[in-house]
Amino acid sequence: MTNAGFILGSYALTFGSIVIFAWRTVKVGKRLSADLSDEDKPWL
Amino acid sequence: MTIDTPPISAATQRRGTSTPATRVIGVLTIAMTIWLGVFGLVLSPADRDQGDAVRIMYVHVPSVWLAYLAFIVTALASGVHLFGRRHSLQADRVAGASAEIGVVFMAVTLVTGMLWGRITWGVYWQWDARLTTTALLFISYIGYLAVRGLEGTREQRARRSAIVGLLAVLEVPLVHWSVKLWRSLHQEATVLGTDLDVSLDGLMLFSLFVGVVAFTLLFIWLLLHRSRMLTMIDLSAESGLNAALAQRRAEGGVSL
Repeated sequence: MTNAGFILGSYALTFGSIVIFAWRTVKVGKRLSADLSDEDKPWL
Repeated sequence: MTIDTPPISAATQRRGTSTPATRVIGVLTIAMTIWLGVFGLVLSPADRDQGDAVRIMYVHVPSVWLAYLAFIVTALASGVHLFGRRHSLQADRVAGASAEIGVVFMAVTLVTGMLWGRITWGVYWQWDARLTTTALLFISYIGYLAVRGLEGTREQRARRSAIVGLLAVLEVPLVHWSVKLWRSLHQEATVLGTDLDVSLDGLMLFSLFVGVVAFTLLFIWLLLHRSRMLTMIDLSAESGLNAALAQRRAEGGVSL
């Protein structure tokens, strides 16, 4: 594969951003959820 | 004096913002993203002109698709808040969550585009029509998020940001058609041009399709989780304020 560094770098950046963003979203959601009761969570 | 709050079970704490539906969407997203990696990096052929550099397209185009989609959802939710009879704050939270997702994926689009540009044009950045308008769109939504962070009541925040959300989305068609409106280094629409002619075929088109489906599912998953997260941030702020007020009243000997 030519230009492998740029190509693999773009995939690593994209997938890495997705993983970090999703992980932070879930983590913050769990932390906030711990302080609220189920009545405050209409999705449950 | 401390304010007693009801104990919350460990099971509730573990649940967070997820539901059976988000778990299904999450598993589908992971499966499709793995497929995207396999098709984009291994199975799809190199391009006749661009060689292997075309593989960046399979993450670059779905990223910009997701960002456009997020900004359009922000505008729609802003419209629901601003023009709806109930001026729904939940619509405002959906708008805010969608804009956050859009900003992240617009940043990914800009950086992957720079890497692709370095291979095909020899430079990371040119003040070309498509690149410049994309950067302006990105900055506009950074501004939108800044407006959401301004001081004021939730209603004020929602109204201000809804106006910005409805104005900023007008840049999306400008960015998309910038390659037609001005002379540009950037290639024209990869799949559908203004004449609706499909310019890709075979495995390349299928790989791009896998990417678009994967990122659409990812958007739905992120939007559900982040809008619930913003709901809880608002409720936490409200309950924190109520608790502080109750504590002050109790300290001052005022009956509740």
